[in-house]
Amino acid sequence: MPSYLFWLFTTVMLIGGIAVVAFRNSVSSALSVVTCFVGLAGLFIGLSAFFVGVIQILVYTGAVMVLFLFIIMLLDLKNEEHRANKIAPIAAGLALSLAFVVQLIGVLSRTPDKAAPALDKTALITAAEHFPAGSKIATTLVNDGKLPDVHLIGHTLFTGYNFPLQILGVLLLVATVGVVALSKRQAE
Amino acid sequence: MASLNDYLLASGLLFAIGLAGVVMRRNIIIVFMCLELMLSAANLSLVAFSRFNTVNGLPDYNGQMLVFFVVTVAAAEVAVGLAIIVALYRARQTIHTDELTSLKG
Repeated sequence: MPSYLFWLFTTVMLIGGIAVVAFRNSVSSALSVVTCFVGLAGLFIGLSAFFVGVIQILVYTGAVMVLFLFIIMLLDLKNEEHRANKIAPIAAGLALSLAFVVQLIGVLSRTPDKAAPALDKTALITAAEHFPAGSKIATTLVNDGKLPDVHLIGHTLFTGYNFPLQILGVLLLVATVGVVALSKRQAE
Repeated sequence: MASLNDYLLASGLLFAIGLAGVVMRRNIIIVFMCLELMLSAANLSLVAFSRFNTVNGLPDYNGQMLVFFVVTVAAAEVAVGLAIIVALYRARQTIHTDELTSLKG
């Protein structure tokens, strides 16, 4: 990814993140989270993680944040905006995050930097030797010279992570049942 | 080209913003959103490590698997958490964390 695009998306992401904390109105905060996640998805796509970028848009900004907005509008919180800010939590939050950033800069200034390994056509053709000849991944790598991101994710998911995937299915089922049970008991 | 440390710095700054939001804000829905920001910051560093550490010339997809699982678990967490917040609001008529002081209502 060109450098200016990285800085553009990073700026969008960080400004969105700061706006989440700064806005008093919950709806504005939720829309700032959407802005932040759009910038983050741009960074993912710049890192050649196309599937994760699309998932970030679809799942987070499309589903999760819409759910947040529904709940905010359902609760109808008007009196929250007129509260006075307390100084202690704000000072604690700023001090904690400042300490974190100082540590982060200290660590990053001592670690050796690394440039992105090339993902050009020659590297992809070399990588195709590790997959069976004639398979979809190998033919896309060799013929098109593109990264078959979704195929590679599917390949990894269903070969190396088959059991965790099924556990995840059970988790989603339990979450669904739990949400129904939580909502139902209150209605009585 | 942005280097690995640039991505880690961006991810760390996003995490710091999320951490500050969790400590500073008293509205429980915004605290929850800031938790999502922190999860996404972790995802950014995972994807950056996956891209910068190639295996056989391709990005290391084990890192992106972890991102996939984090996103799925976060979606389940949001569903359950928001259901709890709605139940809490019905019981107490507030979602301000300073006013939620007792465990048994």
